[in-house]
Amino acid sequence: MSARVHSAPFDLAAELAGFGAGAGAIVTFTGIVRDDTGAMAALEIEHYPGMTERALSDYGRQAAERFALTDWRIVHRHGRLPVGEPIMMVATAARHRHAAFQAADYLMDWLKSRAPFWKREIGRDGAARWVDAKASDEDALSRW
Amino acid sequence: MTLDVLYFAWLRERIGQPRERIETAATTVRDLIADLAARDDWHAAAFADLAAVRCAVDQQLADLDSPIADAREVAFFPPMTGG
Repeated sequence: MSARVHSAPFDLAAELAGFGAGAGAIVTFTGIVRDDTGAMAALEIEHYPGMTERALSDYGRQAAERFALTDWRIVHRHGRLPVGEPIMMVATAARHRHAAFQAADYLMDWLKSRAPFWKREIGRDGAARWVDAKASDEDALSRW
Repeated sequence: MTLDVLYFAWLRERIGQPRERIETAATTVRDLIADLAARDDWHAAAFADLAAVRCAVDQQLADLDSPIADAREVAFFPPMTGG
């Protein structure tokens, strides 16, 4: 049960070693830097040191309570991440798959619009543009 | 009172610094914004559209009407884009 924020890459297999021992279901989600326009080189991710760790831990604990998780992990990177690089992961462990899937979905909805990260797209031409928050991400929270 | 004010993303760029320590008599986030926006054109530009501004008081998400009487740190930033 942990949340980490760092710039270094993470190794999904290493993250899952020993994770959720005794659980009947483990779900993982990995977010990857995507290029929708064909002109993007990287994402730059800014965050609020101190608050970020606190917020991720709070959301992890809330998910654990709500979905009776036996384990959870959130890893989120910051800094400059080229297209194709993993940005973040969540893993949830529960007795049954339904709770593990739901908890991962819940955590992603909270991370998208309530964790203090800001993405900036860096184009291949070097131009930078802040990514706007999506109304659909905000709406997704109302499901919970 | 003395307060650390932090800025992130395009608010940081518009204001031209990531943080500043200020003296203020503001008692709510909204009062603090009025105080900051009156300082210079850069602050005024950053706070021109409050619909685009989110805030945290002592690292907890807050509203514009949240009290800051006992706060040590207030942060301003655009809507978050994590995940």
